[in-house]
Amino acid sequence: MNFDILGSLPLIVIWLALGVVGIIIQAFVRSDSTRLVYGYYIGTLVTTGLLAAATISNQGTAFGGMVTLGGWAAVFDLLFCGAGVMAMLAAQAYLGRFNSELDEFYTMLVSSVAGMMLMAHARNLVVLFVGIELMSISFYIMAGFFRSRDKSLESAMKYFLLGAFATGFLVYGMALLYGATGTLDYSVMLKVIAAGTARFPVLLALGAVLLTIGLSFKIAAFPFHQWAPDVYEGAPTVVTAFMSTAGKAAAFSAFLAVFGVIMPMVKVASMTPTLQLVLAVISAATMLIGNITAVAQTNVKRMLAYSSVAHAGYMLMGIVAGTTFGQSAVVYYAFAYTFMQLGAFIIVGLLEREDETSLMISDYSGLYRKHGVFAAMMAVFMFSLAGIPPFAGFFGKYMLFYAAIESGFTWLTIVAVASSVISVWFYLGLIVKMYFSEPNPETHEANAGLAGISLAVCTVAVILLGIMPRIITGMLGN
Amino acid sequence: MMTSIPLDYYLILSAFLFVTGIIGVITRRNAIIIFMSIELMLNAVNLSMVAFSAFFGDIAGQMFVFFIMAVAAAEAAVGLAIVLALFRRKKSVYVDEVNIMKW
Repeated sequence: MNFDILGSLPLIVIWLALGVVGIIIQAFVRSDSTRLVYGYYIGTLVTTGLLAAATISNQGTAFGGMVTLGGWAAVFDLLFCGAGVMAMLAAQAYLGRFNSELDEFYTMLVSSVAGMMLMAHARNLVVLFVGIELMSISFYIMAGFFRSRDKSLESAMKYFLLGAFATGFLVYGMALLYGATGTLDYSVMLKVIAAGTARFPVLLALGAVLLTIGLSFKIAAFPFHQWAPDVYEGAPTVVTAFMSTAGKAAAFSAFLAVFGVIMPMVKVASMTPTLQLVLAVISAATMLIGNITAVAQTNVKRMLAYSSVAHAGYMLMGIVAGTTFGQSAVVYYAFAYTFMQLGAFIIVGLLEREDETSLMISDYSGLYRKHGVFAAMMAVFMFSLAGIPPFAGFFGKYMLFYAAIESGFTWLTIVAVASSVISVWFYLGLIVKMYFSEPNPETHEANAGLAGISLAVCTVAVILLGIMPRIITGMLGN
Repeated sequence: MMTSIPLDYYLILSAFLFVTGIIGVITRRNAIIIFMSIELMLNAVNLSMVAFSAFFGDIAGQMFVFFIMAVAAAEAAVGLAIVLALFRRKKSVYVDEVNIMKW
Protein backbone atom coordinates (compact mmCIF):
# COMPACT_ATOMS: atom_id res chain seq x y z
CA MET A 1 0.00 0.00 0.00
CA ASN A 2 1.51 3.26 -1.08
CA PHE A 3 1.00 6.32 1.04
CA ASP A 4 1.09 9.66 -0.72
CA ILE A 5 2.66 11.88 1.92
CA LEU A 6 2.89 14.97 -0.29
CA GLY A 7 -0.74 14.82 -1.39
CA SER A 8 -2.05 14.35 2.13
CA LEU A 9 -0.05 17.30 3.50
CA PRO A 10 -2.99 19.76 3.51
CA LEU A 11 -5.02 17.39 5.68
CA ILE A 12 -2.10 16.51 7.94
CA VAL A 13 -1.03 20.12 8.41
CA ILE A 14 -4.45 21.43 9.39
CA TRP A 15 -5.00 18.53 11.78
CA LEU A 16 -1.65 18.92 13.52
CA ALA A 17 -2.02 22.70 13.64
CA LEU A 18 -5.52 22.48 15.09
CA GLY A 19 -5.43 19.38 17.26
CA VAL A 20 -1.89 19.47 18.63
CA VAL A 21 -0.04 22.77 18.27
CA GLY A 22 -3.11 24.98 18.58
CA ILE A 23 -4.20 23.36 21.82
CA ILE A 24 -0.69 23.54 23.28
CA ILE A 25 -0.43 27.22 22.42
CA GLN A 26 -3.77 28.04 24.01
CA ALA A 27 -3.05 25.93 27.09
CA PHE A 28 0.46 27.08 27.91
CA VAL A 29 1.08 30.49 26.38
CA ARG A 30 -0.28 33.12 28.72
CA SER A 31 -1.48 36.09 26.80
CA ASP A 32 -4.16 38.70 27.41
CA SER A 33 -4.62 39.50 23.76
CA THR A 34 -5.97 37.25 21.07
CA ARG A 35 -3.32 38.37 18.60
CA LEU A 36 -1.12 35.28 18.93
CA VAL A 37 -3.91 32.78 18.29
CA TYR A 38 -5.35 34.99 15.57
CA GLY A 39 -2.08 35.21 13.68
CA TYR A 40 -1.34 31.54 14.24
CA TYR A 41 -4.64 30.39 12.75
CA ILE A 42 -4.47 32.77 9.82
CA GLY A 43 -1.02 31.33 9.14
CA THR A 44 -2.43 27.81 9.41
CA LEU A 45 -5.16 28.50 6.88
CA VAL A 46 -2.79 30.23 4.47
CA THR A 47 -0.28 27.36 4.68
CA THR A 48 -2.99 24.75 4.19
CA GLY A 49 -4.43 26.66 1.26
CA LEU A 50 -1.03 26.95 -0.42
CA LEU A 51 -0.34 23.24 0.13
CA ALA A 52 -3.73 22.40 -1.36
CA ALA A 53 -2.98 24.56 -4.39
CA ALA A 54 0.35 22.79 -4.81
CA THR A 55 -1.20 19.31 -4.66
CA ILE A 56 -4.05 19.78 -7.14
CA SER A 57 -2.32 17.71 -9.79
CA ASN A 58 -1.26 15.09 -7.23
CA GLN A 59 -4.25 12.78 -7.53
CA GLY A 60 -4.55 9.56 -5.59
CA THR A 61 -5.86 8.08 -2.37
CA ALA A 62 -4.37 7.79 1.11
CA PHE A 63 -5.10 6.40 4.58
CA GLY A 64 -6.16 3.03 3.20
CA GLY A 65 -8.50 4.49 0.58
CA MET A 66 -10.36 6.57 3.16
CA VAL A 67 -9.61 9.90 1.48
CA THR A 68 -8.97 11.08 -2.03
CA LEU A 69 -6.15 13.50 -2.75
CA GLY A 70 -5.72 16.31 -5.24
CA GLY A 71 -8.22 17.06 -7.98
CA TRP A 72 -11.56 18.67 -7.08
CA ALA A 73 -10.97 17.98 -3.40
CA ALA A 74 -7.85 20.14 -3.40
CA VAL A 75 -9.63 22.85 -5.40
CA PHE A 76 -12.35 22.86 -2.74
CA ASP A 77 -9.69 23.02 0.01
CA LEU A 78 -8.42 26.17 -1.59
CA LEU A 79 -11.94 27.63 -1.47
CA PHE A 80 -12.50 26.69 2.19
CA CYS A 81 -9.14 28.06 3.33
CA GLY A 82 -9.59 31.23 1.28
CA ALA A 83 -13.08 31.84 2.66
CA GLY A 84 -11.76 31.07 6.17
CA VAL A 85 -8.99 33.66 5.90
CA MET A 86 -11.37 36.28 4.52
CA ALA A 87 -13.90 35.62 7.30
CA MET A 88 -11.16 35.82 9.94
CA LEU A 89 -9.88 39.13 8.58
CA ALA A 90 -13.39 40.55 8.85
CA ALA A 91 -14.08 38.88 12.20
CA GLN A 92 -11.49 40.54 14.41
CA ALA A 93 -12.86 44.08 14.23
CA TYR A 94 -16.47 42.88 14.12
CA LEU A 95 -16.19 40.75 17.25
CA GLY A 96 -14.18 43.51 18.92
CA ARG A 97 -17.06 45.96 18.41
CA PHE A 98 -19.40 43.51 20.14
CA ASN A 99 -16.90 42.84 22.98
CA SER A 100 -16.86 39.16 22.08
CA GLU A 101 -13.42 38.66 20.64
CA LEU A 102 -12.16 35.39 22.08
CA ASP A 103 -9.52 32.87 20.99
CA GLU A 104 -12.16 30.17 20.80
CA PHE A 105 -13.86 31.81 17.85
CA TYR A 106 -10.80 31.37 15.66
CA THR A 107 -10.31 27.80 16.87
CA MET A 108 -13.89 26.95 15.96
CA LEU A 109 -13.54 28.59 12.57
CA VAL A 110 -10.44 26.56 11.73
CA SER A 111 -12.01 23.37 13.07
CA SER A 112 -14.99 23.91 10.80
CA VAL A 113 -12.57 24.36 7.89
CA ALA A 114 -10.94 21.05 8.86
CA GLY A 115 -14.38 19.41 8.80
CA MET A 116 -15.14 20.85 5.37
CA MET A 117 -11.83 19.57 4.01
CA LEU A 118 -12.67 16.08 5.28
CA MET A 119 -16.05 16.28 3.54
CA ALA A 120 -14.44 17.19 0.24
CA HIS A 121 -11.75 14.52 0.60
CA ALA A 122 -14.00 11.73 1.89
CA ARG A 123 -14.10 8.46 -0.02
CA ASN A 124 -15.74 6.55 2.80
CA LEU A 125 -19.02 7.23 4.59
CA VAL A 126 -17.30 7.28 8.01
CA VAL A 127 -14.98 10.10 6.92
CA LEU A 128 -17.91 11.97 5.40
CA PHE A 129 -19.89 11.64 8.63
CA VAL A 130 -17.02 12.83 10.82
CA GLY A 131 -16.37 15.76 8.46
CA ILE A 132 -20.02 16.86 8.38
CA GLU A 133 -20.32 16.67 12.15
CA LEU A 134 -17.05 18.48 12.80
CA MET A 135 -18.22 21.32 10.57
CA SER A 136 -21.77 21.39 11.95
CA ILE A 137 -20.82 21.30 15.63
CA SER A 138 -18.33 24.12 15.09
CA PHE A 139 -21.10 26.08 13.37
CA TYR A 140 -23.55 25.53 16.26
CA ILE A 141 -21.02 27.10 18.61
CA MET A 142 -20.20 29.96 16.25
CA ALA A 143 -23.88 30.74 15.61
CA GLY A 144 -24.42 31.16 19.35
CA PHE A 145 -21.19 33.00 19.92
CA PHE A 146 -22.90 36.18 21.18
CA ARG A 147 -24.23 34.25 24.09
CA SER A 148 -25.78 37.22 25.84
CA ARG A 149 -27.91 38.14 22.83
CA ASP A 150 -31.31 36.59 22.36
CA LYS A 151 -31.18 36.40 18.59
CA SER A 152 -27.80 34.70 18.47
CA LEU A 153 -28.87 32.14 21.07
CA GLU A 154 -32.13 31.49 19.30
CA SER A 155 -30.28 30.95 16.06
CA ALA A 156 -27.85 28.50 17.73
CA MET A 157 -30.72 26.62 19.32
CA LYS A 158 -32.69 26.25 16.10
CA TYR A 159 -29.59 25.33 14.15
CA PHE A 160 -28.55 22.76 16.71
CA LEU A 161 -31.92 21.01 17.07
CA LEU A 162 -32.68 20.90 13.36
CA GLY A 163 -29.07 20.07 12.47
CA ALA A 164 -28.94 17.15 14.89
CA PHE A 165 -32.33 15.98 13.60
CA ALA A 166 -30.99 16.02 10.04
CA THR A 167 -27.88 14.15 11.18
CA GLY A 168 -30.19 11.36 12.31
CA PHE A 169 -31.60 11.03 8.77
CA LEU A 170 -28.18 11.28 7.21
CA VAL A 171 -26.65 8.57 9.32
CA TYR A 172 -29.68 6.27 9.03
CA GLY A 173 -29.33 6.60 5.28
CA MET A 174 -25.68 5.64 5.60
CA ALA A 175 -26.62 2.59 7.70
CA LEU A 176 -29.14 1.43 5.11
CA LEU A 177 -26.69 1.93 2.26
CA TYR A 178 -24.18 -0.11 4.24
CA GLY A 179 -26.80 -2.78 4.74
CA ALA A 180 -27.65 -2.88 1.05
CA THR A 181 -24.11 -2.94 -0.29
CA GLY A 182 -22.05 -4.35 2.59
CA THR A 183 -19.45 -1.61 2.34
CA LEU A 184 -18.81 1.97 3.41
CA ASP A 185 -16.27 2.68 0.69
CA TYR A 186 -17.49 4.86 -2.20
CA SER A 187 -15.72 3.02 -4.99
CA VAL A 188 -16.74 -0.47 -3.83
CA MET A 189 -20.29 0.77 -3.26
CA LEU A 190 -20.37 2.25 -6.76
CA LYS A 191 -19.32 -1.12 -8.22
CA VAL A 192 -21.99 -2.98 -6.27
CA ILE A 193 -24.74 -0.52 -7.24
CA ALA A 194 -23.72 -0.29 -10.90
CA ALA A 195 -23.56 -4.08 -11.19
CA GLY A 196 -27.03 -4.34 -9.65
CA THR A 197 -25.86 -6.83 -7.02
CA ALA A 198 -27.09 -4.88 -4.00
CA ARG A 199 -28.64 -7.29 -1.54
CA PHE A 200 -31.75 -5.41 -0.43
CA PRO A 201 -32.97 -3.11 -3.24
CA VAL A 202 -35.61 -1.55 -0.97
CA LEU A 203 -33.00 -0.59 1.63
CA LEU A 204 -30.80 0.82 -1.12
CA ALA A 205 -33.56 3.12 -2.37
CA LEU A 206 -34.60 4.13 1.16
CA GLY A 207 -30.98 4.73 2.16
CA ALA A 208 -30.39 6.94 -0.88
CA VAL A 209 -33.51 8.97 -0.07
CA LEU A 210 -32.55 9.45 3.59
CA LEU A 211 -29.00 10.42 2.67
CA THR A 212 -30.40 12.94 0.18
CA ILE A 213 -32.66 14.39 2.89
CA GLY A 214 -29.71 14.74 5.27
CA LEU A 215 -27.52 16.46 2.69
CA SER A 216 -30.41 18.65 1.47
CA PHE A 217 -30.68 19.99 4.98
CA LYS A 218 -27.01 20.97 4.98
CA ILE A 219 -27.37 22.91 1.71
CA ALA A 220 -30.75 24.32 2.84
CA ALA A 221 -32.74 22.95 -0.09
CA PHE A 222 -36.54 22.91 -0.17
CA PRO A 223 -38.36 21.54 1.89
CA PHE A 224 -35.52 21.58 4.43
CA HIS A 225 -34.66 25.26 4.08
CA GLN A 226 -36.81 26.62 6.92
CA TRP A 227 -33.90 26.87 9.34
CA ALA A 228 -31.65 28.91 7.05
CA PRO A 229 -33.29 32.37 7.25
CA ASP A 230 -33.62 32.27 11.04
CA VAL A 231 -30.14 30.92 11.64
CA TYR A 232 -28.50 33.28 9.15
CA GLU A 233 -30.39 36.28 10.51
CA GLY A 234 -29.67 35.59 14.17
CA ALA A 235 -26.05 34.48 13.96
CA PRO A 236 -23.23 37.07 14.18
CA THR A 237 -22.84 38.50 10.67
CA VAL A 238 -19.30 37.24 10.08
CA VAL A 239 -20.45 33.75 11.07
CA THR A 240 -23.37 33.99 8.66
CA ALA A 241 -20.96 35.16 5.97
CA PHE A 242 -18.75 32.14 6.53
CA MET A 243 -21.32 29.41 7.05
CA SER A 244 -23.62 30.45 4.23
CA THR A 245 -20.74 30.29 1.75
CA ALA A 246 -18.00 27.85 2.70
CA GLY A 247 -20.43 25.63 4.61
CA LYS A 248 -22.68 25.39 1.58
CA ALA A 249 -19.75 24.76 -0.76
CA ALA A 250 -18.60 21.95 1.55
CA ALA A 251 -22.04 20.34 1.50
CA PHE A 252 -21.97 20.51 -2.29
CA SER A 253 -18.54 18.90 -2.42
CA ALA A 254 -20.02 15.98 -0.46
CA PHE A 255 -23.13 15.99 -2.65
CA LEU A 256 -21.01 15.69 -5.80
CA ALA A 257 -19.09 12.69 -4.51
CA VAL A 258 -22.06 10.90 -2.98
CA PHE A 259 -24.25 11.35 -6.05
CA GLY A 260 -21.50 10.03 -8.26
CA VAL A 261 -21.93 6.83 -6.25
CA ILE A 262 -25.68 6.47 -5.87
CA MET A 263 -26.81 7.91 -9.22
CA PRO A 264 -26.13 4.69 -11.21
CA MET A 265 -28.89 3.13 -9.10
CA VAL A 266 -31.40 5.01 -11.23
CA LYS A 267 -30.58 2.88 -14.25
CA VAL A 268 -30.43 -0.40 -12.37
CA ALA A 269 -33.44 -0.24 -10.11
CA SER A 270 -35.61 1.46 -12.78
CA MET A 271 -37.25 3.50 -10.09
CA THR A 272 -40.10 5.79 -11.09
CA PRO A 273 -39.96 8.60 -10.24
CA THR A 274 -36.21 8.42 -10.43
CA LEU A 275 -33.81 10.05 -8.03
CA GLN A 276 -32.71 12.44 -10.76
CA LEU A 277 -36.22 13.72 -11.33
CA VAL A 278 -36.84 14.13 -7.59
CA LEU A 279 -33.64 16.13 -7.34
CA ALA A 280 -34.70 18.29 -10.30
CA VAL A 281 -38.02 19.08 -8.60
CA ILE A 282 -36.20 19.92 -5.33
CA SER A 283 -33.88 22.20 -7.28
CA ALA A 284 -36.75 24.03 -9.03
CA ALA A 285 -38.75 24.42 -5.80
CA THR A 286 -35.69 25.64 -3.89
CA MET A 287 -34.89 28.47 -6.26
CA LEU A 288 -38.50 29.57 -6.64
CA ILE A 289 -39.20 29.59 -2.89
CA GLY A 290 -35.89 31.30 -2.09
CA ASN A 291 -36.31 34.09 -4.63
CA ILE A 292 -40.04 34.69 -4.13
CA THR A 293 -39.68 34.91 -0.35
CA ALA A 294 -36.63 37.16 -0.64
CA VAL A 295 -38.73 39.75 -2.50
CA ALA A 296 -40.88 40.28 0.59
CA GLN A 297 -37.99 40.82 3.05
CA THR A 298 -37.16 44.15 4.67
CA ASN A 299 -34.07 42.98 6.57
CA VAL A 300 -30.95 42.81 4.40
CA LYS A 301 -29.50 39.86 6.30
CA ARG A 302 -32.71 37.89 5.93
CA MET A 303 -32.98 38.83 2.27
CA LEU A 304 -29.46 37.53 1.64
CA ALA A 305 -30.32 34.39 3.61
CA TYR A 306 -33.24 33.64 1.28
CA SER A 307 -31.03 34.46 -1.68
CA SER A 308 -28.56 31.85 -0.41
CA VAL A 309 -31.40 29.31 -0.37
CA ALA A 310 -32.14 30.18 -3.99
CA HIS A 311 -28.49 29.79 -4.97
CA ALA A 312 -28.43 26.29 -3.49
CA GLY A 313 -31.23 25.56 -5.96
CA TYR A 314 -29.14 26.80 -8.88
CA MET A 315 -26.16 24.71 -7.81
CA LEU A 316 -28.34 21.60 -7.56
CA MET A 317 -28.92 21.89 -11.32
CA GLY A 318 -25.32 20.84 -11.93
CA ILE A 319 -25.83 17.77 -9.76
CA VAL A 320 -29.10 16.93 -11.51
CA ALA A 321 -27.22 17.03 -14.82
CA GLY A 322 -24.74 14.53 -13.40
CA THR A 323 -22.22 15.10 -16.19
CA THR A 324 -18.57 16.07 -15.85
CA PHE A 325 -19.48 19.49 -17.22
CA GLY A 326 -22.22 19.77 -14.61
CA GLN A 327 -19.65 18.98 -11.93
CA SER A 328 -17.25 21.68 -13.05
CA ALA A 329 -20.20 24.07 -13.25
CA VAL A 330 -21.01 23.36 -9.58
CA VAL A 331 -17.39 23.89 -8.55
CA TYR A 332 -17.17 27.12 -10.52
CA TYR A 333 -20.45 28.38 -9.08
CA ALA A 334 -19.33 27.47 -5.56
CA PHE A 335 -16.34 29.79 -6.01
CA ALA A 336 -18.36 32.60 -7.62
CA TYR A 337 -21.10 32.33 -5.01
CA THR A 338 -18.63 32.29 -2.11
CA PHE A 339 -16.95 35.49 -3.22
CA MET A 340 -20.13 37.47 -3.90
CA GLN A 341 -22.11 36.32 -0.88
CA LEU A 342 -19.17 36.60 1.53
CA GLY A 343 -18.44 40.11 0.28
CA ALA A 344 -22.08 41.18 0.63
CA PHE A 345 -22.32 39.83 4.18
CA ILE A 346 -19.04 41.48 5.20
CA ILE A 347 -20.41 44.86 4.11
CA VAL A 348 -23.62 44.19 6.04
CA GLY A 349 -21.45 43.38 9.07
CA LEU A 350 -19.47 46.60 8.71
CA LEU A 351 -22.60 48.76 8.54
CA GLU A 352 -24.34 46.89 11.37
CA ARG A 353 -24.44 48.70 14.71
CA GLU A 354 -23.69 47.28 18.10
CA ASP A 355 -27.38 47.31 19.06
CA GLU A 356 -28.20 45.12 16.03
CA THR A 357 -29.85 47.94 14.10
CA SER A 358 -28.98 49.37 10.71
CA LEU A 359 -29.85 46.06 9.07
CA MET A 360 -32.98 47.18 7.24
CA ILE A 361 -33.04 47.84 3.52
CA SER A 362 -34.25 51.37 4.31
CA ASP A 363 -31.04 51.96 6.28
CA TYR A 364 -29.13 51.58 3.02
CA SER A 365 -30.82 54.48 1.28
CA GLY A 366 -28.36 56.95 -0.19
CA LEU A 367 -25.44 54.87 1.03
CA TYR A 368 -23.22 55.98 -1.82
CA ARG A 369 -22.92 59.53 -0.44
CA LYS A 370 -21.41 58.48 2.85
CA HIS A 371 -19.78 55.18 1.93
CA GLY A 372 -19.11 55.42 -1.78
CA VAL A 373 -16.72 52.46 -1.88
CA PHE A 374 -18.97 50.15 0.11
CA ALA A 375 -21.93 51.05 -2.05
CA ALA A 376 -19.95 50.38 -5.22
CA MET A 377 -18.71 47.01 -3.94
CA MET A 378 -22.20 46.07 -2.76
CA ALA A 379 -23.50 46.96 -6.22
CA VAL A 380 -20.92 44.65 -7.81
CA PHE A 381 -21.94 41.78 -5.51
CA MET A 382 -25.64 42.39 -6.15
CA PHE A 383 -25.17 42.50 -9.93
CA SER A 384 -23.20 39.28 -9.72
CA LEU A 385 -25.79 37.56 -7.48
CA ALA A 386 -28.49 38.60 -9.93
CA GLY A 387 -26.45 37.03 -12.73
CA ILE A 388 -25.76 40.11 -14.80
CA PRO A 389 -22.69 40.00 -17.08
CA PRO A 390 -19.73 40.44 -16.97
CA PHE A 391 -19.60 39.29 -13.33
CA ALA A 392 -18.84 35.78 -12.06
CA GLY A 393 -22.46 35.01 -11.17
CA PHE A 394 -23.50 35.36 -14.80
CA PHE A 395 -20.97 32.90 -16.13
CA GLY A 396 -21.69 30.42 -13.33
CA LYS A 397 -25.39 30.45 -14.12
CA TYR A 398 -24.66 30.12 -17.82
CA MET A 399 -22.61 26.96 -17.15
CA LEU A 400 -25.26 25.46 -14.87
CA PHE A 401 -28.10 26.21 -17.30
CA TYR A 402 -26.10 24.76 -20.16
CA ALA A 403 -25.35 21.59 -18.19
CA ALA A 404 -29.05 21.15 -17.38
CA ILE A 405 -30.16 21.62 -21.00
CA GLU A 406 -27.46 19.25 -22.20
CA SER A 407 -28.85 16.43 -20.09
CA GLY A 408 -32.44 17.04 -21.17
CA PHE A 409 -33.78 19.16 -18.30
CA THR A 410 -34.98 22.08 -20.41
CA TRP A 411 -38.00 22.70 -18.14
CA LEU A 412 -35.65 23.08 -15.16
CA THR A 413 -33.66 25.71 -17.03
CA ILE A 414 -36.86 27.61 -17.86
CA VAL A 415 -37.80 27.63 -14.16
CA ALA A 416 -34.26 28.77 -13.30
CA VAL A 417 -34.39 31.64 -15.78
CA ALA A 418 -37.81 32.69 -14.47
CA SER A 419 -36.60 32.68 -10.87
CA SER A 420 -33.47 34.63 -11.88
CA VAL A 421 -35.74 37.29 -13.32
CA ILE A 422 -37.63 37.43 -10.00
CA SER A 423 -34.33 37.75 -8.14
CA VAL A 424 -33.31 40.80 -10.21
CA TRP A 425 -36.18 42.62 -8.49
CA PHE A 426 -34.73 42.57 -4.99
CA TYR A 427 -31.04 42.65 -5.88
CA LEU A 428 -31.48 45.71 -8.06
CA GLY A 429 -33.94 47.08 -5.52
CA LEU A 430 -31.08 47.36 -3.03
CA ILE A 431 -28.87 49.07 -5.61
CA VAL A 432 -31.63 51.55 -6.46
CA LYS A 433 -32.03 52.21 -2.73
CA MET A 434 -28.31 52.85 -2.32
CA TYR A 435 -27.95 55.15 -5.33
CA PHE A 436 -31.30 56.81 -6.05
CA SER A 437 -32.77 57.55 -2.60
CA GLU A 438 -32.30 60.40 -0.19
CA PRO A 439 -29.44 59.63 2.22
CA ASN A 440 -30.36 58.27 5.59
CA PRO A 441 -29.17 60.89 8.14
CA GLU A 442 -28.48 58.18 10.69
CA THR A 443 -25.90 56.29 8.65
CA HIS A 444 -22.92 56.04 10.96
CA GLU A 445 -19.21 55.88 10.36
CA ALA A 446 -17.82 52.49 9.43
CA ASN A 447 -14.18 51.61 9.20
CA ALA A 448 -13.20 48.76 6.93
CA GLY A 449 -9.83 47.98 8.55
CA LEU A 450 -8.66 44.42 7.83
CA ALA A 451 -12.07 43.55 6.40
CA GLY A 452 -11.13 45.88 3.54
CA ILE A 453 -8.64 43.26 2.35
CA SER A 454 -11.37 40.62 2.21
CA LEU A 455 -13.70 42.99 0.40
CA ALA A 456 -11.04 43.92 -2.14
CA VAL A 457 -10.28 40.24 -2.77
CA CYS A 458 -13.98 39.42 -3.17
CA THR A 459 -14.61 42.31 -5.57
CA VAL A 460 -11.58 41.57 -7.71
CA ALA A 461 -12.39 37.85 -7.73
CA VAL A 462 -16.02 38.41 -8.76
CA ILE A 463 -14.92 40.56 -11.69
CA LEU A 464 -11.90 38.45 -12.65
CA LEU A 465 -13.76 35.12 -12.52
CA GLY A 466 -16.46 36.62 -14.72
CA ILE A 467 -13.98 37.77 -17.34
CA MET A 468 -11.68 34.76 -17.17
CA PRO A 469 -13.72 31.73 -16.02
CA ARG A 470 -10.91 29.41 -17.02
CA ILE A 471 -9.07 30.31 -13.80
CA ILE A 472 -11.26 27.77 -12.01
CA THR A 473 -12.23 25.38 -14.78
CA GLY A 474 -8.62 25.19 -15.98
CA MET A 475 -7.25 24.24 -12.56
CA LEU A 476 -7.42 20.60 -13.49
CA GLY A 477 -5.98 21.22 -16.90
CA ASN A 478 -9.05 20.27 -18.92
CA MET B 1 -23.66 -22.69 15.50
CA MET B 2 -26.51 -21.64 17.68
CA THR B 3 -29.68 -20.30 16.16
CA SER B 4 -29.57 -16.54 15.99
CA ILE B 5 -32.25 -13.90 15.76
CA PRO B 6 -32.96 -13.07 12.09
CA LEU B 7 -31.71 -9.76 10.69
CA ASP B 8 -35.27 -8.56 10.00
CA TYR B 9 -36.12 -8.40 13.69
CA TYR B 10 -33.24 -6.01 14.35
CA LEU B 11 -34.16 -3.84 11.39
CA ILE B 12 -37.81 -3.63 12.40
CA LEU B 13 -36.88 -2.70 15.98
CA SER B 14 -34.43 -0.14 14.67
CA ALA B 15 -37.00 1.40 12.33
CA PHE B 16 -39.50 1.50 15.20
CA LEU B 17 -37.04 3.31 17.46
CA PHE B 18 -36.15 5.74 14.67
CA VAL B 19 -39.80 6.61 13.99
CA THR B 20 -40.42 7.01 17.73
CA GLY B 21 -37.57 9.49 17.77
CA ILE B 22 -38.99 11.43 14.83
CA ILE B 23 -42.42 11.61 16.47
CA GLY B 24 -40.78 12.83 19.67
CA VAL B 25 -38.92 15.60 17.84
CA ILE B 26 -42.05 16.73 16.02
CA THR B 27 -44.54 16.63 18.90
CA ARG B 28 -42.56 17.69 21.99
CA ARG B 29 -41.76 21.33 22.75
CA ASN B 30 -39.18 20.88 25.51
CA ALA B 31 -35.70 21.30 24.05
CA ILE B 32 -34.21 18.63 26.30
CA ILE B 33 -36.85 16.06 25.33
CA ILE B 34 -36.38 16.93 21.64
CA PHE B 35 -32.70 16.32 22.13
CA MET B 36 -33.35 12.99 23.84
CA SER B 37 -35.52 11.96 20.90
CA ILE B 38 -32.67 12.80 18.54
CA GLU B 39 -30.36 10.60 20.59
CA LEU B 40 -32.92 7.83 20.27
CA MET B 41 -32.76 8.20 16.49
CA LEU B 42 -28.97 7.91 16.57
CA ASN B 43 -29.19 4.80 18.73
CA ALA B 44 -31.65 3.25 16.29
CA VAL B 45 -29.00 3.79 13.63
CA ASN B 46 -26.38 2.17 15.86
CA LEU B 47 -28.60 -0.89 16.23
CA SER B 48 -29.00 -1.38 12.47
CA MET B 49 -25.28 -0.75 11.93
CA VAL B 50 -24.35 -3.47 14.41
CA ALA B 51 -26.98 -5.86 13.04
CA PHE B 52 -25.72 -5.42 9.47
CA SER B 53 -22.15 -5.72 10.66
CA ALA B 54 -22.84 -9.05 12.36
CA PHE B 55 -24.88 -10.22 9.38
CA PHE B 56 -22.06 -9.55 6.92
CA GLY B 57 -19.28 -10.58 9.29
CA ASP B 58 -17.72 -7.21 8.42
CA ILE B 59 -16.17 -5.07 11.14
CA ALA B 60 -16.68 -1.68 9.40
CA GLY B 61 -20.23 -1.24 10.65
CA GLN B 62 -19.26 -1.73 14.28
CA MET B 63 -16.41 0.70 13.86
CA PHE B 64 -18.87 3.28 12.49
CA VAL B 65 -20.95 2.87 15.65
CA PHE B 66 -18.04 4.09 17.77
CA PHE B 67 -17.78 7.19 15.63
CA ILE B 68 -21.52 7.83 15.98
CA MET B 69 -21.27 7.49 19.76
CA ALA B 70 -18.32 9.86 19.98
CA VAL B 71 -20.03 12.42 17.76
CA ALA B 72 -23.28 12.11 19.72
CA ALA B 73 -21.33 12.84 22.92
CA ALA B 74 -19.77 15.92 21.35
CA GLU B 75 -23.17 17.03 20.13
CA ALA B 76 -24.65 16.54 23.59
CA ALA B 77 -21.91 18.69 25.15
CA VAL B 78 -22.51 21.55 22.73
CA GLY B 79 -26.29 21.15 22.69
CA LEU B 80 -26.70 21.18 26.46
CA ALA B 81 -24.41 24.21 26.66
CA ILE B 82 -26.68 26.04 24.22
CA VAL B 83 -29.79 25.01 26.17
CA LEU B 84 -28.13 26.18 29.40
CA ALA B 85 -27.18 29.56 27.92
CA LEU B 86 -30.75 29.93 26.70
CA PHE B 87 -32.17 28.98 30.09
CA ARG B 88 -30.04 31.61 31.80
CA ARG B 89 -31.59 34.35 29.68
CA LYS B 90 -35.12 33.12 29.19
CA LYS B 91 -35.73 30.93 32.26
CA SER B 92 -37.34 28.45 29.90
CA VAL B 93 -36.35 25.51 27.72
CA TYR B 94 -39.52 25.41 25.64
CA VAL B 95 -38.79 25.99 22.00
CA ASP B 96 -42.00 27.85 21.22
CA GLU B 97 -41.01 30.53 23.72
CA VAL B 98 -37.78 31.07 21.78
CA ASN B 99 -39.27 32.81 18.82
CA ILE B 100 -38.21 36.39 18.17
CA MET B 101 -37.61 35.61 14.51
CA LYS B 102 -40.57 34.15 12.68
CA TRP B 103 -40.12 30.55 11.61
